[in-house]
Amino acid sequence: MGFFKKLSTIAHARKELAKLGIDPFNVEIEEILSPATARIAGREVLLAGTNNYLGLTFDPRCIEAACKATRTEGTGTTGSRMANGTFAGHRALEQELAAFYGCSTAIVFSTGFVANLGMISTLTVPGDTILIDGDSHASIYDGCRMSGANIIRFRHNNAADLDKRLCRLGDQSKKALVIIEGIYSMLGDRAPLADIVALKKKYGFWLMVDEAHSLGVLGQKGRGLVEEVDCLDDVDFIVGTFSKSLGAIGGFCVSNHPELDLVRYASRSYVFTASPSPATIASVRQALQLLASGDELRERLWRNAHHLYDGLVHLGFRLGPDPTPVVAVYMGSKEETLLCWKQLFEQGVYVNLVLPPAAPDGTSLLRCSVSAAHTVEQIETILSKFSSLKKP
Amino acid sequence: MSTTEYAEIFAEVKVILERFVDVSEKIDEETELINDLDLDSLRVMEIVQEVEDTFDISFPLNELSSIRTVKDFVLQVQQEIKA
Repeated sequence: MGFFKKLSTIAHARKELAKLGIDPFNVEIEEILSPATARIAGREVLLAGTNNYLGLTFDPRCIEAACKATRTEGTGTTGSRMANGTFAGHRALEQELAAFYGCSTAIVFSTGFVANLGMISTLTVPGDTILIDGDSHASIYDGCRMSGANIIRFRHNNAADLDKRLCRLGDQSKKALVIIEGIYSMLGDRAPLADIVALKKKYGFWLMVDEAHSLGVLGQKGRGLVEEVDCLDDVDFIVGTFSKSLGAIGGFCVSNHPELDLVRYASRSYVFTASPSPATIASVRQALQLLASGDELRERLWRNAHHLYDGLVHLGFRLGPDPTPVVAVYMGSKEETLLCWKQLFEQGVYVNLVLPPAAPDGTSLLRCSVSAAHTVEQIETILSKFSSLKKP
Repeated sequence: MSTTEYAEIFAEVKVILERFVDVSEKIDEETELINDLDLDSLRVMEIVQEVEDTFDISFPLNELSSIRTVKDFVLQVQQEIKA
């Protein structure tokens, strides 16, 4: 087995899935039909696990912008901005992102994952201290590991627990970096940002907020939790992704620290990877405009989110604590959850299967993500399929 | 730190570990956290949190990679208490 020996538990798990006749982590989409539907295994399936919050992947204006950019600028940049140059679109998108947040500086990365890796591992070095929420995304954990800094984990969404850990750090706390997320991807709950900003005022630490799942979702203009809580000026770094509400791929960081611009010269995740393609940049710039003026999209998204959340509560399911477009349904054992996922899938509804250790506290979840593109009838269909599941 | 203090930390850590693993597992200094106690990463995080609260310390996650046995863990806790 050699190097592959460490993967034997995965091999075992895949055999178990094969016995059940399902492959939930390798679903092949034969044809994507719309932001909310696809043809899978020969039949139409309702998609309720795509993070396509505003449903912009099929917006004709975004598609046209991408097509036009491809025709005029080609299919790719074929290298990093450091080596191959910055396209006008890269620079324009950075300026538009900075203006959107009212920040002085922005950097565009090739993916959201890479944005976290690049930012965290460049800002901090061995000897620094980073405090992260226990439910942080893998990109945050990996960025911290790459930095070599001391990593201290506090209990999920527990500002009092963070306070205790900051207190233990003494004077070091003012040099520490605290990282939280706007909406947590598994349970869909918001960070207690107001409480954490109060701690920042007490201890003086640096604060980074990852708005991957909250950009376009929270705040009057869709700028995320920082806007909803009205603390844009209290946050040092906002990180985000283009792959959810903006319907493309890529990542970014914005800040009012002008030194952020220096990060691009030191971040290996920026220097040594190909920059986003012209099509990606063009569609993201168009989507950002729609997002910024997208009150109606956000209203539809939230109507759908409340419809699904309230409906599942009414059916007796235990859900994540906060009604947001990420609706996490607590299920029973791993085996029961697998069978429920299979049943939903066979009935034409695709949701995300989340098993330990990806799910918090050793639980198993069926995770739904709601889109502005879902119709009322589609939300009713999801509810009706859930109603036929055996509740834990 | 004296040997007695090491023993006290070991006793506390052992009580915490016993809450997270099959009670039939015999835990001593040479017990390996992953191989013998079959702990996954999530469980290890929960144990670290319990240990942090018990000793009022913060235990950097980056120190975990060098810990194999219960003795390694106790020595690291001892070091964090001293720091």
